[in-house]
Amino acid sequence: MSRASHLPASTGVGFKPAHFDDIRAASQPVGFFEVHAENYMGAGGPPHVQLSALRERHALSVHGVGLSIGSMQQLDQAHLARLRALCDHYEPESFSEHLAWSSHGGAYLNDLLPLPYTPRTLARVVEHVDEVQTALGRQMLLENPATYIRFAESTIPEVDFLTEIAKRTGCGLLLDINNVFVSATNHDTPPLPYLDTFPLDRVREIHLGGHDEETDDVGAPLLIDTHGSPISAAVWALYTYVIARTGAVATLIEWDNDVPDWPTLRAEAAKAQHVLCTASRSSSAA
Amino acid sequence: MLVTFETSFADALLDADRPIPDGIIAHNTAIPARRFAVYRNNVVAGLVKALRSRFPVIETIVGAEFFAAMARIFATAQPPRSPLLASYGDTFPAFIAAFEPASDVPYLADVARLEAARTRAYHAADAAPVGADRFAMLDGKIIADIRVPMHPSTEIVRSQFPIVTIWAMNSGEQALAPIEDWRAEDALIARPHFDVQVRTLPPGGAAFLLALAAGQSFGEAAAAALADHPDFDLTCNLAGLIGSGLARDIIAPESRSLSQP
Repeated sequence: MSRASHLPASTGVGFKPAHFDDIRAASQPVGFFEVHAENYMGAGGPPHVQLSALRERHALSVHGVGLSIGSMQQLDQAHLARLRALCDHYEPESFSEHLAWSSHGGAYLNDLLPLPYTPRTLARVVEHVDEVQTALGRQMLLENPATYIRFAESTIPEVDFLTEIAKRTGCGLLLDINNVFVSATNHDTPPLPYLDTFPLDRVREIHLGGHDEETDDVGAPLLIDTHGSPISAAVWALYTYVIARTGAVATLIEWDNDVPDWPTLRAEAAKAQHVLCTASRSSSAA
Repeated sequence: MLVTFETSFADALLDADRPIPDGIIAHNTAIPARRFAVYRNNVVAGLVKALRSRFPVIETIVGAEFFAAMARIFATAQPPRSPLLASYGDTFPAFIAAFEPASDVPYLADVARLEAARTRAYHAADAAPVGADRFAMLDGKIIADIRVPMHPSTEIVRSQFPIVTIWAMNSGEQALAPIEDWRAEDALIARPHFDVQVRTLPPGGAAFLLALAAGQSFGEAAAAALADHPDFDLTCNLAGLIGSGLARDIIAPESRSLSQP
């Protein structure tokens, strides 16, 4: 594993083609852009024209959603080869994927599905992360999931599971603070102990996004990770809490559904940038 | 068994009649149906959304409600085989053709084939088309033996219905109006540069381009086109081929020079 993840410690946004002209017109749009790897695996056409133009001027994070690292089956070698070709071509500052599975028996299920946390699944995910890092010749970041259910067979707390993967593979972690809040609410556990035990020294990127509020079978709150609205006040508070401990870390605003106009998305990124700058000032004053 | 949780989970995702798999728990209830439904909904709604973005004209023609119902049935019967969702729905036109509730819209499957072809053209490999100047320099004596590899984005959809007109009227490319001249239309879909173009081919044009794409020479392709339609006009089709940027290269017969001496 040669290249470590090295996004700038500033704020970025998920790139949406609808914003392309606004981004080109801005002198300093944001600190970096993130794209979903699977949207850039066609042979050619406008997606590559736009991403090449973006890449010339900006730091880039490639974020996979389809590798199914949390599956107990073999990784899809064709997909891994496509990821390698994409990373070789665009040389992103970072590549990340999820602690989740999405393919089974040859079908792609198009969602980030949960897995039980046991010594056996841990060993399998470690093998997969090793395999990805070897294939790509770079460090990858693994993201904590948003979950709606749990498995009776789980014996390892999620934070310990992620910590152990990072320790054994040398991968970095992508801390999705919205996912922390969503999962904590859904499982009626407090988010702060999760963050207090999370290996923050391994965090190379943070995700912030919006969620929807629904209720479960007995009327308890059930939060859905939708990335279709502004970031909630509770998630901003947790973000400030984390940044006070980590200092400035690359932070992404994820807004994938009901995508707002560029000024609205830019303003959301500016709010995160303000938190980062405050942390930098207080750490340099200390 | 390492795969147990995935297999039962995946099976229950695509079949809403199945019970929630064993071993799935929540802090406050024995059977977390609504929680598991979040995953079911994410999977199916996400696939319906992918189909909606690839087949917007089909949705306009049949309406959002009918489209969603049809897409849900397709998605659960034929989930994607790859994480590349841009290619999801290549088999949707064939599904529509056999989908009984849509049978009173006989042109629907062909319009879907046109829309599927547009996405493939959009993501196809890039290549610089051969310019008109290179065709102008060709030696007239060898022109019948020349072969022309097609631009990788080239797609042809033949139909007995006016699919290009129907597509154009329902995509906003053309004003909606009664179609006076209800006739067969063959569609040419290509993206020689940035934007995907959709055109109606002249008589015999589809047979001509399909023959060229299969590696036949100009002469062979022209014969195939004439056999397909007596009104085939070689000059007009050549001008269309060059003007639309469909030729990726010009290949002379062996040991012959392309240009006039």
